[in-house]
Amino acid sequence: MTDVPFTDASSGPARPARTGSLLEADARTRRRNAAEARFRLYGIAAVGVGLFFLAALLYAIFSNGIGAFQQTGYTLQIEFREDVLDKTGNRDLEDIKSVKTFAYSPLLRAAMLREIETHGIDTPLADAKVTGFSSPLDKLFSDGARSTLRDMVLADPSLIGQTVAVRILASSRVDGYLKGRVSRESIERDKNLDAVHLDLIDKLREAGVATKGFNLAFITGPDASDARPEQAGLGVAMLGSLYMMIVVLALSLPIGVAASIYLEEFAPQNRFTDIIEVNISNLAAVPSIVFGILGLAVFIQFVHLPQSAPLVGGLVLTLMTLPTIIISTRASLKAVPPSIRDAALGVGASKMQAVFHHVLPLAMPGILTGTIIGLAQALGETAPLLLIGMVGFIASNYPDGAISGFLAPNSAMPAQIYEWAKRADPAFYERAWGGIIILLLFLMTMNIIAIILRRRFERRW
Amino acid sequence: MYDNPDLARTTVTRDIKIAAHGCQVYYGDTHAIRDVDIDIEDKTVTAFIGPSGCGKSTFLRCLNRMNDTIDICRVEGDIRLDGEDIYDKRVDPVQLRAKVGMVFQKPNPFPKSIYDNVAYGPRIHGLARCKADLDEIVESSLRRAAIWGEVKDRLDAPGTGLSGGQQQRLCIARAVATEPEVLLMDEPCSALDPIATAQVEELIDELRGQYSVVIVTHSMQQAARVSQKTAFFHLGSLVEYGETGHIFTNPTDPRTESYITGRIG
Repeated sequence: MTDVPFTDASSGPARPARTGSLLEADARTRRRNAAEARFRLYGIAAVGVGLFFLAALLYAIFSNGIGAFQQTGYTLQIEFREDVLDKTGNRDLEDIKSVKTFAYSPLLRAAMLREIETHGIDTPLADAKVTGFSSPLDKLFSDGARSTLRDMVLADPSLIGQTVAVRILASSRVDGYLKGRVSRESIERDKNLDAVHLDLIDKLREAGVATKGFNLAFITGPDASDARPEQAGLGVAMLGSLYMMIVVLALSLPIGVAASIYLEEFAPQNRFTDIIEVNISNLAAVPSIVFGILGLAVFIQFVHLPQSAPLVGGLVLTLMTLPTIIISTRASLKAVPPSIRDAALGVGASKMQAVFHHVLPLAMPGILTGTIIGLAQALGETAPLLLIGMVGFIASNYPDGAISGFLAPNSAMPAQIYEWAKRADPAFYERAWGGIIILLLFLMTMNIIAIILRRRFERRW
Repeated sequence: MYDNPDLARTTVTRDIKIAAHGCQVYYGDTHAIRDVDIDIEDKTVTAFIGPSGCGKSTFLRCLNRMNDTIDICRVEGDIRLDGEDIYDKRVDPVQLRAKVGMVFQKPNPFPKSIYDNVAYGPRIHGLARCKADLDEIVESSLRRAAIWGEVKDRLDAPGTGLSGGQQQRLCIARAVATEPEVLLMDEPCSALDPIATAQVEELIDELRGQYSVVIVTHSMQQAARVSQKTAFFHLGSLVEYGETGHIFTNPTDPRTESYITGRIG
């Protein structure tokens, strides 16, 4: 073989010799470079378009939603008049309870009139007549303001007879005027507010009576009915989401990890396990509303679990999250080098010892990451919740205790956002965007936790 | 029979540790090992040599049933350890592997501390009654693997942080810590430099005092240096098996001769 010349490449048909200087690119090289430059350009353009849409999305979310974190209110000196609230004067709680919320309206009006007087504001509303139970002044206040006062008195009857500074929620129209959502033109056809009200508001603002403040109630409070958008909060829906996530985590992590370990490390390779594998991958792509209707049929209609309960929501989301967790867990088990299994088996560990002592700890970061991403997906899922009745005006009461947290009707963050988005009042629209900001913050936190866990537990081998 | 009476004498005094008869291995439809008959002696280093893909590693892995972990692998025939069939239904491969330890081609310490690497086997087999026992086992195993001096001050350091040669000796220490009777080594020096190789070879020679050592190697010089018996595999068959000196100086089979002289393989 050694006598074969090294020139046999040139023994075929003659090829054009490579002539020309290295300092000058030939046509072929130039074409190749141009193609590469074009490809880079496409890539940069694609990334640029993506970033543009992301920026547009974030801008839309924040410009629309940031208003929900502020709410307009009046600081009023409320005189809790004994002759209105406790006619008998014996401070009997039952008697105080018999005073209905509308009886608190005069207190509000009187307090507002006092402010108008002290600041010397000139407004026709100062002489407005009370017709029946209502006065034009009432349009300044939230419908919920009276019940807020009543709740205060019921919680502390010693308030009766005193004059206390209370922050009273403004009605959503007034709030919208301060935020620029409501203008003088837009209220012309609106019977909820008149131009005289706006004149008064302008002056109250100058006087420092009407102010915008941080809206903690939006983050912690319950949902409110259609007429009181200024009182609607995400707090109870957040609890609903929390209880659902507890169910999802408690069920899908152990089931998912156990199933993956079995399929990856123990199950024999045969047609049956192949079918299971294919179907797990398929399940990950099943539309979530299918899981919703499955949950409705199985958990509510067949097992008779309560409707709208976070327990049922959690079960449905568990079904949805399982494929994600199984797929990511199997991928991270596969990524553990087989030499580690050999090493463990070689010193006489059983298969289970090899898996639990050596493979699982190494796969842990991947498993945790997959689980958190699955949870984040479940947290943002809306469609299945619609079918099991977790949408609507339900998140209006805090659950009392853990059991009611799981079983009492509740909503979830994304379902609550959906609920607000479909209500008519634009004030709810603002709250929907605000809810999205909170939801995104949660998802971001979960993803950051996933990244930290992955960094933290990542082992070198 | 033998040219060297010295070799003939040592042959008769050693007991048979592992006896394989009519051993066949299939990977799916591939017939990987054909009809291997071999008697591996106790307190001897036996080298398996042969070109890549000839089945020597496969056969080695049959000896402690590591092939069980491969689904499509099927072993037939009769392999006996001290006269007991290791493929008998009643045999638990885990128990077998405690008796027949293994060192792999690529150093594969657990990503744990040096101490835990060595202590793992004794722990799962319950060889230590207390912490002091375990400390003693770890120390003596590391001493036997000739690595004690290098790691005694950093037993808590991760085993994966050692150099390649140290890692391989750590793996040997891990294997001897479970008190095996046979030690299988699958090309233990292929990833090591000549100095580390020399250390491991020296170690193998010392281990011969207590164990039956079976080593698969691609280096014929290594086989000649460390082994007393050599088996030459080719295309899944055992071509020739005998005293190392005999195989390397006076092979009976022409295929062995071609391989040793570098004409095939």
